[in-house]
Amino acid sequence: MNDYNFGYLDEQTKRMIRRAILKGLAIPGYQVPFASREMPMPYGWGTGGVQVSAATLIPEDTFKVIDQGADDTTNAISIRKFFEKTSGIDVTETTSQATVIQTRHRIPETPLTEDQILVYQVPIPEPLRFLEPSEVETRKMHALEEYGLMHVKLYEDISRHGAIATSYAYPVKIEGRYIMDPSPIPKFDNPKMEMAAIQLFGAGREQRIYALPPYTQVVSLDFEDYPFEASKADHACNICGAENTYLDEVIIDDAGGRIFVCSDTDFCANNQTAGEGKPQ
Amino acid sequence: MYVAVKGGEKAIDNAHQWLDEKRRGDVSIKELTLEQIREQLPLAVNRVMAEGSLFDPDLAALAIKQSSGDLIEAIFLIRAYRTTLARFGMTQPIKTENMACIRRISATFKDAPGGQILGPTFDYTHRLLDFQLAADGERGNLEPADTPVAEQMPHITDYLKKEGIIQSEPVTGTQPKDLTREPLELPAARALRLQALTRGDEGFILGMAYSTQRGYGRNHPFVGELRVGQVEVEMDIPELGFAIEIGEIEVTECETVNQFTGSKTEPPQFTRGYGLTFGHNERKAISMALVDRALRWDELGEDNEGVPAQDQEFVLYHSDNIQATGFLEHIKLPHYVDFQSELELIRKLRTEALAKVDTLPEDAS
Repeated sequence: MNDYNFGYLDEQTKRMIRRAILKGLAIPGYQVPFASREMPMPYGWGTGGVQVSAATLIPEDTFKVIDQGADDTTNAISIRKFFEKTSGIDVTETTSQATVIQTRHRIPETPLTEDQILVYQVPIPEPLRFLEPSEVETRKMHALEEYGLMHVKLYEDISRHGAIATSYAYPVKIEGRYIMDPSPIPKFDNPKMEMAAIQLFGAGREQRIYALPPYTQVVSLDFEDYPFEASKADHACNICGAENTYLDEVIIDDAGGRIFVCSDTDFCANNQTAGEGKPQ
Repeated sequence: MYVAVKGGEKAIDNAHQWLDEKRRGDVSIKELTLEQIREQLPLAVNRVMAEGSLFDPDLAALAIKQSSGDLIEAIFLIRAYRTTLARFGMTQPIKTENMACIRRISATFKDAPGGQILGPTFDYTHRLLDFQLAADGERGNLEPADTPVAEQMPHITDYLKKEGIIQSEPVTGTQPKDLTREPLELPAARALRLQALTRGDEGFILGMAYSTQRGYGRNHPFVGELRVGQVEVEMDIPELGFAIEIGEIEVTECETVNQFTGSKTEPPQFTRGYGLTFGHNERKAISMALVDRALRWDELGEDNEGVPAQDQEFVLYHSDNIQATGFLEHIKLPHYVDFQSELELIRKLRTEALAKVDTLPEDAS
């Protein structure tokens, strides 16, 4: 396909996005405004991640896309096809073979390496948004490191529910400075964010990019007496038997019978091959 | 076996093929041509051009055909195409006083130099279904008017300006930012707000404008002037060293005259709201002028009444229908990872809550 530039976006636009990415990496957790473009897929469907990927990919890269941990969910397929079409790039479903991984809502179970980049799709980049609707105000709060409101919210959760009632998009503090939205990953994935790979976050509709360099300190907010807990369904995977992966609950019959399976389909497949004979 | 998310690729291909079939409809009926859409659905074409921010009636017609008449989808197609185009530069401001008007009315003066020109309008039509159209009724053409339309049509507000009773707009001399090339940062200057309004969703802008009329930030608008017609677009060509005409576009311009009894910083005078859209679209242009006026409260020294139409963050962040529709419809995408974490949380909270209440039985699940 020659009608569009490599990776769809023109080089000037990529340059603008790369500058935003570099700024984001220089100030981990800070939301950098960028001139998000209209992409040929709808806002809210991964346009931020797609733009970051487009600006990051080079012809030698191998690209993987997951949505809900799986390579074969409809939107992951759509995005992977988009880049195959507009860049002719190699794609893979194997986490360890990918150099750039675009994700929605999950971090792969297989630990990432220094040679990899993880690109997150972000719907609402502002962790304070539902406490303060005004962008002018929230930017000010970040600038002044005025995060009292967030702690009050967590405290109110505990007094009302006996626990912090946030199970995904659980807020984190970066290197003791910015409070950051990890995108709607389950809080099970939060501890994985201290990783070897570069993490880039793109919010297209909201025109923000933020980033974490390798090995950045990422602390999930909590209280001493109510420590953060990365929770998951209290089961093992019914297919591969893994006991420490995030699980999807699948209803399998009219009586409401259900099984639990790894949400990371690549990990699950590998685990099945590795450990033949595990329980179904 | 677990198959819930398998087979997505084939399903997508089939779904898109089915969509193509649905668009074509009954194949025994002749296919719609782009010329038919462009010539016979011009107001739909205008809306797609205005909110798509691209003046190209042929591409707009294609987008309408491809989207089966879903105009927001058509606008989206145009936007996604537009974003791949290079930006050559900036034209000179269009001179609407030189507009070749097909319509020009003022609601503030009974007559004015240039006259009132009704032009093609739905106003004063009786909204009765015309069954003659259903029976394929061709109509004769209108006789040309006795007097030609003036080539120069002064702005009505200029007369008020001469008298000094309407605020004058300062010439800032600064080049406005391009909303499609730079991120929107708040507070946004008026030029940027007007860009957002003119490409904003017609329904949203209309609703905002209507809310000001009903009391949520009332600003007493009069349609000082509404004009529709062709204007020349000129651009400085660096190699030539002067501006040349690169084409003509049809626009609708609305200037409102708003009552104003003075404030902390301004003497009593009328104020203005401004609306401009591609093509013939009066509803949008008037709505835009009202919302523009409401958003100017700060620079005119008015009080913030705390109403939605005065809140530029509220208006500018929610007026774009491509952003809105994308985000709204993305909730159709799978969210089972997040929902799973919510399930676990609510089960845990319920277990703990129920354990505390001795009188209630344990949760059976």
